Amino acid sequence: MEVNEQLIRAVTEEVIRQLRQNGALAGNGMDAQNGADAGARRQDSGAQSLSGKTRMRPKHSYAGAVQAQKGTDPREVVIGVGAAFQTEIRSTICGIPLDEVLRNVRAGIEEEGMISRVVKVLDTSDVCFMALQSAKLSGSGIGIGIQSKGTTVIHQKDLYPLTNLELFPQAPLLNLETYRRIGRNAARYAKGEKVTPIECANDPMARAKYQVKSALMHIMETEQLDPQMGMIAWEGDR
Amino acid sequence: MKRSKRIEALDRRAVNQDAFIDEWPEMGFAAMRSPYDPKPSVRVENGVITELDGKQRADFDFLDQFIADYAIRIDRAEASMAVSSLEIARMIVDIHTTRKEVLELISGITPAKMVEVVNYLNVVEMMMGMQKMRARRVPGNQAHITNLKDDPVQIAADAAEGALRGFREEETTTGVARYAPFNAIALLIGSQAGRRGVLTQCSVEEATELDLGIRGLTTYAETLSVYGTEKVFIDGDDTPYSKAFLNAAYASRGLKVRFTSGAGSEVLMGSSERKSMLYLECRCLYVTKGAGTQGIQNGSVSCVGVAAAVPAGIREIMGENLVAALLGLECASSNDQTFSHSDMRRTARTMLQFLPGTDFIFSGYAAEPNYDNMFAGSNFDAEDFDDYNVLQRDMQVDGGLRPVTEEEVIRVRREAAKAVQAVFRYLGLTEITDEQVETVVYAHGSKDTLKRDVASDLMAADDLMKRGITGVDIVRALAETGYVDLAESILNMLKQRVIGDYMHTAAILDEQFQVMSGVNTPNDYLGPGTGYRVTGKRWEEIKAVPHRIDVNEF
Repeated sequence: MEVNEQLIRAVTEEVIRQLRQNGALAGNGMDAQNGADAGARRQDSGAQSLSGKTRMRPKHSYAGAVQAQKGTDPREVVIGVGAAFQTEIRSTICGIPLDEVLRNVRAGIEEEGMISRVVKVLDTSDVCFMALQSAKLSGSGIGIGIQSKGTTVIHQKDLYPLTNLELFPQAPLLNLETYRRIGRNAARYAKGEKVTPIECANDPMARAKYQVKSALMHIMETEQLDPQMGMIAWEGDR
Repeated sequence: MKRSKRIEALDRRAVNQDAFIDEWPEMGFAAMRSPYDPKPSVRVENGVITELDGKQRADFDFLDQFIADYAIRIDRAEASMAVSSLEIARMIVDIHTTRKEVLELISGITPAKMVEVVNYLNVVEMMMGMQKMRARRVPGNQAHITNLKDDPVQIAADAAEGALRGFREEETTTGVARYAPFNAIALLIGSQAGRRGVLTQCSVEEATELDLGIRGLTTYAETLSVYGTEKVFIDGDDTPYSKAFLNAAYASRGLKVRFTSGAGSEVLMGSSERKSMLYLECRCLYVTKGAGTQGIQNGSVSCVGVAAAVPAGIREIMGENLVAALLGLECASSNDQTFSHSDMRRTARTMLQFLPGTDFIFSGYAAEPNYDNMFAGSNFDAEDFDDYNVLQRDMQVDGGLRPVTEEEVIRVRREAAKAVQAVFRYLGLTEITDEQVETVVYAHGSKDTLKRDVASDLMAADDLMKRGITGVDIVRALAETGYVDLAESILNMLKQRVIGDYMHTAAILDEQFQVMSGVNTPNDYLGPGTGYRVTGKRWEEIKAVPHRIDVNEF
C-alpha cells in the first residue's frame, strides 16, 4: 500500500470529520482554519443571481404514512422531529448525523426507565410548536421537538407555546452527550422529579457563522411540510 | 492549483469566517429591492383606502388591511403619493426642510413608496436623514444585562455598573426561562443603584413578560415582535390586531412599550413571499405605527446574520432605522447582535447609527463579556467600553456612554449586590451568601463567580410568582432592610406608570425622574449650528478617558 501525502490527508480529514461529528472538536481553532462554516473562496467573478430558483429539494411523498396517535402510557415521552429529518437532511448544522442524535435522545429517555416514541411533524417547522404538539400526543404530557438542523426544545402540554421547560437555541453547540442528557431530563420531567436544567451554552459568534446556513436548512425543512398529514409515526431509522 | 501566499493570508482574515450569499429574491435574500416588490399606488374612496400598492381591497391580506385602516393618514394619502419619491428623498436630506414637514408628508405614503424613497438614499444621506428625523434631541443608549448562570447577583452588579456608565435603558433575558422573575427583580434593583431613572425590562415569552410588567417588576417592554408577512405572523399565533391588543394591555397599566422587527426574520422563517427585506420591514413598521405603540427596536436585530450576508445588507439596516424615524417612531437601532468576526466590519456597521445618533444607538450593548450575553452575543460588549469611550472622544460624538473610575464601579456593584441579597432574604427566596456578593463585585463575568443551586432558585422563582409579589413588595423589602434611597428610586419608577408621561415617544428619565422625550425635548436639527451638539459638561465628561498622560507627573 502506497502511503502518500494524499492518502494521509484523506485519512486525517476523515478522522477530523468523525471527531467533529462526535462533538469532540468543538473548539474555535477548527472553524478558524478550515473556513468550512463560511463559503469557500470562489473563482467566479461577479455575484450571480439565483433568480428563478424556487426550492432547495424535491418534495418528499408521505403517501401511506400512518397518523400518529395520542398516547396513554404515562411513561411515554414523544420526540417530534422536523419534516426534513433523516430524509432531505441527514445531519445537524454542525454535521452530527441525525440517526445518532435520535439514538442518543432515545437512550437518555430509556436510561431513566421511560419509553420513547418518535413522530414526524409535518404541519409546522417552528420548534416550539413541534415540541408542544409532541407533548400533547405524549402519554406523560412531556415532548421534545428536534428540528433537522439540531435545535431542540423540551415542552410540557399545558405551557404556552412560546415558553418551554428547556430550550437549546444554539444547535451548533449541541453534541451527542447533550442530546443524551436532553432525553434524560425530559424523562425526569415526565416522572415529576425535581430537575436541574442542562446548563446553558453560548457562542457569541454562532450567528455570524451559522445564521445563513440555518436559514437555508429551515427553508429545506419548511418546504417539506405537508399540513394535511399532520403528525405521522416515524421509526427514526428510515 | 498552487496556492498564493497572499490569498492564503487573506483567507485567514476574520472577515472570511463571515457568511456571504448571493441575492436570491425567490427566498427573500434581497436587501433593498426585489423584482417581486409591488409598485406604489393608493386609491381612496369614501374615506377608505380601496387600493394599496397595486392590490385591491378584496385581495388585501391582514397586514395590508391593518396598514390601510390604521397606519396611513387617509386625508393625506393622495397628496403625499403625488409627490415624486426622488423629491421626498431630497426633502429628507435637505437642511431647509424641517422634521415636522417631512413627518407630515410621509404620513400619507404607502410602504412600497417608502421603499422607493429609501432606495434613492446612499448611506451618508441616510445618516443625514437620521440626524434630522430622530425623535429625541439627545441620543441614548441601551444595555443588555445577562449571564450564563442567570445569577441574580451578577445581574444586579452589572446593571449598576451599566447605569453608572450611562445606559438609560437596561434589558435582561434568561438562559433558563423560569428564572425570569429573579432576573427582572435583580435588574430593577441594580439599575437604580448605578444611576436613578434607568428603565428596565425582561425579554421573555410574551405572557410572562406582560405579567412581570403588570406587577411592576419591569418598567418597559420591548419584545413585541411583528413580521412582514401573514404566514410568519400566523406561525407565531399572532396577527397585527393581537399585537395591538397586547400593546394596549401594557398601556392600560402605564408601561412604556416598543415593538421589535427587522430584516431577515421572514427569510429565517421561510416565508418571505419573494419580497425584499426593506419592503417587508416597511410593512412591519407601518403595522407598528398602526398599533399605536410609540416606538420600535429594529435594524435586523437577531436576524442580522442573514441581512449582513447579502449585498447592501448593512445599507438596508440603516435604511430601515431611518424609515422608523420617518414614521415618527422612537428608534432603538439594534447593533445588539454579533454578525461579524471582523472588528473592522462590526465597528463600521455601528458607525451608521453612532455618527448621526439615534434614540438608542444600541438596543442593547452587552454590558457583560459576550460569553455571558444571553441574546447570543451583542455587536459590542463590556470589553469594548474603553474603545467606545475613545470613539466618542475622537469624534466629539455623544454615543450615550461615559468613562468611569474603578472605584465608582466597585462601589455601585457592591451596593447593588448587597441590596439584592437583602431583598432575597427579606422575601424568603434562595440564599445569597456574603462570599457570593464579594466574588460578583470584583468579577468580569460568570466565569469568575460561584455556582448557584439552580433547582432551588427555580422553585423559589415559581413560588414568588404564585405569592403575587409585585414592585411594591420590592420597595417595602428595600425600605425595611435599610436601603431607603433605593426604595425611593423604585417607588419613583412605579409612579411613572401613574403619571404616564414616559409613554410619550422616545422617553427616558433623568436622575430626578423627569421625562425627556420627543415631545418635550424634540430633535431640532436643521443643519450646521442647530440641534444637539456635544459641549459643556457633557464634553468634559467624554474627554476624561482613563489612560491619559499626566503631564504633571511626566
